[in-house]
Parts: sequence; C-alpha cells; structure tokens
Amino acid sequence: MSLKSWREIPIGGLGFKLSTEIKTGEWRALRPIIDQNKCTKCLICWLFCPEPAIMWDGVKVEVDYDYCKGCGICAHECPVKAISMVPESGGE
Amino acid sequence: MSVSALELTPRYPREKQILMLLNGDEAVAYATKQSYVDVVAAYPITPQTIIVEKFSEFVANGEVHTEFIPIESEHSAMSACIGAAAAGARAFTSTCSQGLALMVETLYIASGLRLPIVMAVTNRALSAPINIHGDHSDAYLMRDSGWIMLFVENVQEAYDTTIQAFKIAEHPEIQLPVSVHLDGFFLSHTMENLYVLPDEAVYEFLGGPRKPIKVKVDYFDEEVEYTLNPAKPLSMGMLAFYDYYFEIKTQQVETMKHAEKVIVEVNEEWYKLTGRRYGDGLVDAYAVDDADIVIVIMGSSASTVRSVVKKFRERGVKVGVLRVRSFRPFPRKTIAKLLKDVKLVAVLDRAVSPGSMGALYLDVISSLYTEKERPIVINYIYGLGGRDLSPPLVFKLVEELSEDLQKGFVPEERLTRYLGVRE
Amino acid sequence: MVLIEIRWHGRGGQGVWTASNLVAVAAAYGGKYVQSFPAFGPERSGAPVLSFTRISDEPIEVHSMIYEPDIIVILDYTLLSPKIVEGLKPGGVIVSNYAGDVSFVFEKLGIKRGDYRVLLVPASKLALEILRIRATNTAMIGGLLKLDYVVKLENVEKAIRERFSGPLAEKNIVLVKRAMEETIEV
Repeated sequence: MSLKSWREIPIGGLGFKLSTEIKTGEWRALRPIIDQNKCTKCLICWLFCPEPAIMWDGVKVEVDYDYCKGCGICAHECPVKAISMVPESGGE
Repeated sequence: MSVSALELTPRYPREKQILMLLNGDEAVAYATKQSYVDVVAAYPITPQTIIVEKFSEFVANGEVHTEFIPIESEHSAMSACIGAAAAGARAFTSTCSQGLALMVETLYIASGLRLPIVMAVTNRALSAPINIHGDHSDAYLMRDSGWIMLFVENVQEAYDTTIQAFKIAEHPEIQLPVSVHLDGFFLSHTMENLYVLPDEAVYEFLGGPRKPIKVKVDYFDEEVEYTLNPAKPLSMGMLAFYDYYFEIKTQQVETMKHAEKVIVEVNEEWYKLTGRRYGDGLVDAYAVDDADIVIVIMGSSASTVRSVVKKFRERGVKVGVLRVRSFRPFPRKTIAKLLKDVKLVAVLDRAVSPGSMGALYLDVISSLYTEKERPIVINYIYGLGGRDLSPPLVFKLVEELSEDLQKGFVPEERLTRYLGVRE
Repeated sequence: MVLIEIRWHGRGGQGVWTASNLVAVAAAYGGKYVQSFPAFGPERSGAPVLSFTRISDEPIEVHSMIYEPDIIVILDYTLLSPKIVEGLKPGGVIVSNYAGDVSFVFEKLGIKRGDYRVLLVPASKLALEILRIRATNTAMIGGLLKLDYVVKLENVEKAIRERFSGPLAEKNIVLVKRAMEETIEV
C-alpha cells in the first residue's frame, strides 16, 4: 500500500483504517489461558481488562486473542487464580 | 473604524439594529449568546471575567440552550471544547495571559484536529512580573498554533467579529479554530456605542446550528459526518509517525492560506447584512495610498494613531495608518502591495521577542522582502503591560518619523525603538 | 466637535465605575457617542479607583486614558488633595461630595477661587437618608446634572431604571433629583 499525499488523506489526521483492523493481539508475548473449571464468572477480569479483550456472552468468559496484548492484569486480579499467563508459542 | 459608503442598502441597516451600551467583554458575551453555541467551558481570568460572568447569567436565565461547564482550569477548558467540538457541538471559550499560556498544548491539538472552536482572548501581558493589563504578548504566543487570529479595534468590531468567527471557523473549506483578540481593559472594560442585530439575523447569518462537515474514509462506502458518533465510528487524535505527520500538517498549513479568501468573503457578507465592514477584512488602511510614512499597528491603539494621523493630514503631512486585522493568516501580498511604494514604515508591536524583533515587524518586512523597491521599516515596541499609548506620544512618533524621513537614512541601531518607556 | 471628558475618583466599592457607565448610557440615549472605562489599582475594597467618561458628538477614535479632563467628580472627600486636580483644564469643573466648610475644599485641593468651577454635593448625607447606605455614586450624578450640558435628567432616569430594579431604581432617581437641587456652586 503506497503512502498517500497530503491532498488524498482525510482531514485532521483522521484514521483511514478502522481501528479494529489493527490486531493488537499480534503484540503479545504472554498469553492468558482461562481454566473454565476454576472460573466463577465473577467478571473481575472483564472489568479490569484495559483493552477490553475479555468477552462475556452470558455463559462463558473468554479472551479475545485478536486484541489481547498479554498485560497480565486479568491473571493478577482473578480471585480464584483461574487465569495463567503462558509464553506465546513461537515468540520471544 | 471603517463605515464605508453604501452602494446598496444592507438587509439590517442601522435603524433595524438595536443600540446597546456594552463594554467589549459584554459585547462578546452577547454575540456568543446570539450565535447558538452548544458548549461553553471557561475559567475566569482578569480581564476576561465579564465575558464568562455575563454568559453564565444568560444560561441561568434560560436565554440560551448552551451547556455551560464551570471548568477547573484553562487547559481543561480547551480540552472540554475539543471534546465537545469533536462530538459535533459549536464550542466557545475565552481566556488570556497566564490562562492562555496554560492552554497552549491544547491549542495545537484543536487546530491539528481541525475543530472549529471560537475563543475570545482579552489580550493581557504575560508574567513575570504579574500584570493584568493589555498588551499582545499572550496573543503572540499562539502565533504558530494554527489558529486563525483576528485583532479588533473597538467594541463594535468585537461583537461583529465574534459572530463572524463562527462562520469562518465552520466554513467547509476551512475547519480551523478562530480566536478574536480584544485588548485587555482598553476594550474589555470599555463601554462604547454598540449596534447589535436582532437574534434571527445572527441565526440566519450563521445558517443555524453548526453543521459538521462530511468525510470519506475507506471503511465506509458513503461520507460520514466528521464527529465522534458510535453509530459511524471514526478515530480522531491518532498517533502519526514520520510517515504521515508531515502530510497532515501540510494539509493544515495549506488550508490556512485559503483562510484569507474566506475572511474577505465573510467581511463582505457582513457588509451586505449590516452596512459595516473592516477594510477588506484582512487589513484596514487609512490614507495609505499616497503616504510617505505609514504606521502599522494592531488592536485598540489603532484608533488613537488614526485620530492623530488625521490631524497631521490636515497640516499636509502625508502619513497613513495600516491596521492589521488578520494576524494569522498574515496577509503578505496585501501588505506588500500597500507598503512597497511608501518611503518609511513604522511597525508598532505591543509585545517583545527578546533576542529578536517584534513579531508583527518580522512578518511585515518578510512580506516586503521580494519587492525591488522597499521602504525603511522601523520597529517600535509600545504599550507593554497596559502602558498607555496616548495622543501626545503618537504626535511625538509622527514628528520623529518625519525627521527620519528628512534624513532619508536610519542607522542599524535606530531600527528598533521604544515608544513610551522611561529610558 | 464637542468632546467632554470626565474623570471620576472614588474608592473601591463606591460605584465609581457604575457612575461613569450610567452617565455614558444616558448620554448615548441623548444621541451622543460615548466611552466609559475604569482604572483600578489593586482590586480591593477601599483602594482608590478611577473611571473615565467621554461624551462626543462624533465617533470617538481614541483608546487611551484621559489626561486633561473637563470635569472631575470626587465621590469620597477623603481623596481631596492637590494631586486629584492634576490635568484638569483651566476653567474646568470640580464636582465633589462634601457638605461642610467650603474653605476646607479649596485648602485640600490647593486651588484658589476662580481657577475652576467648584460644585459641592451633600452626597453622603442624601445617600444615607434615601438609600440608607453611603453609596454616593448616583447622588454625584445628580451634582453633575447641575451642569446642563453633560446629560439630560430623563436619560439618566432611563439609564438608572435599566441598571437597577424596581424600588431601588426609583429611590436612586429620587436621590439624583434631590442631589441636583441641593448641589451648590461655590
């Protein structure tokens, strides 16, 4: 994709891509894994996630790995230690 | 004060306007009241306080629909206006001096995001030492911030220009914030005869409430409004690396050049509406055409200079005064055209740039640089911290300039002078 | 072009600025071009405050202080001093709030009879009587009205009714009229 001239870009430095097209999950070094047997569905991880990359559909708590940056706050806050941070496979 | 001869009858001639006796601050507040502003977020600082006090009375009396935010600092005031404008609101604030200095970081953001915010600045000196009176040092510090800056000469112009500011800012080809500059105390606290339009006239002139422009982004098939709307999400205020920052800034700078044309147009439209206009909108020239000496100046003291210039003209001295109304964009071509055949020019700056010359002076001489024939240009620093520029001082100035003109040469060390300081 | 320049002297809280504004508004209703503005020192109660009025038949093209007033109005007699008369045009008018021994005024001001016209207004006394407070500004306007060339009473009344509400406005108008009557030229 070639870079645009100042005449072609929209006004005010507007993002011309949807922010959701940028998969921040690719930045991850550590990945959170939720042990569904231990999970009490208290939703503290969901509240604390800064992204937000924890999803709650009324039934299960799941990580949205497209956007999770692996900050580890969910694992730190989980009161029952249901979340563990494991190294991203193949990554440093 | 330019009330030009009318070729046609304005839509609202003076008989249809209402005489009010207001000071500069009250006039700005009244203009803002009539301009259908959605959000006002402001913090008090002398001598702007009356603007916000008056406006809050309008809010309390239910005379406006405006959301008034009694914000905790000027930095927050501009931030709130940015947020409001990004959401599509017509936003207004006011400050000066230390408050403006506190706001500086957000000024660049407002213009970089291309938000049509309007701000009234009651020009006041910057500390230290602490001074509450009028000079242009606070205005000069926002020179490069990307705001359109209009300097007014009297209370009538403060009212007229505040309304015009919304129109200029929101012009689809502009979308830049505009500041209206009125001298602290000399205009802010000075009551003068003021003619205001009826509410409907202002509403009509502005085309009603703000209409955000439309933008085209790759991920929507159609254009969407340039506002933060969850239904049509946009990302404003993004990070831009060295691959795009330059282009985004260039876009802003090129738009500012175009603003000259819009300021002139709005000035003409106002003339058709009210019978009043201010020079061509960019500069207001008096007796400059055949002048040997021209004094270039901004703000309220232009009146004082002009009244003395008139007296000298009666004696046959060919002196004129050029008031700059649009400081940003600086009307280089207009200034060059008007001054190139003049023999001696004095540029009066009401602020200093220690280590260099006055900002207005620098803009004037750079406008003249490419001319083959150029006048001698002298920089005078005057009026700092509210030091009065009295008619006797202006008399002295013109006499001094006449002497310089006689000699025909000004040595380097006499190119910068002070007017009104005790040496 | 007839230009009248007035300088008002008082202390913070006495309504010096309001007085200048009221006269300016009244003059504007009389078809004049006007300017009215204050000059404060430190912004606190009791500090000396100045305000200025310009009244002209033609548009006023100056934004500068008034250095040679035609009229000086003094709201507080404790301010009387030779300095207060600085700049007053020869033959100019002094309108002062004072109800006591006339020679005291000349002494304090350091002037001789005949240098200027001097009008004395028992403003404090009248203000206390009618408003119950020593707000002398409107009474001093009454004194100024003794000079028939500055503003007209009916325009002053109009200005006062706009600035003050209901009963307070009417009291102030009574005060203005009484002050007009009881002002003496010495």
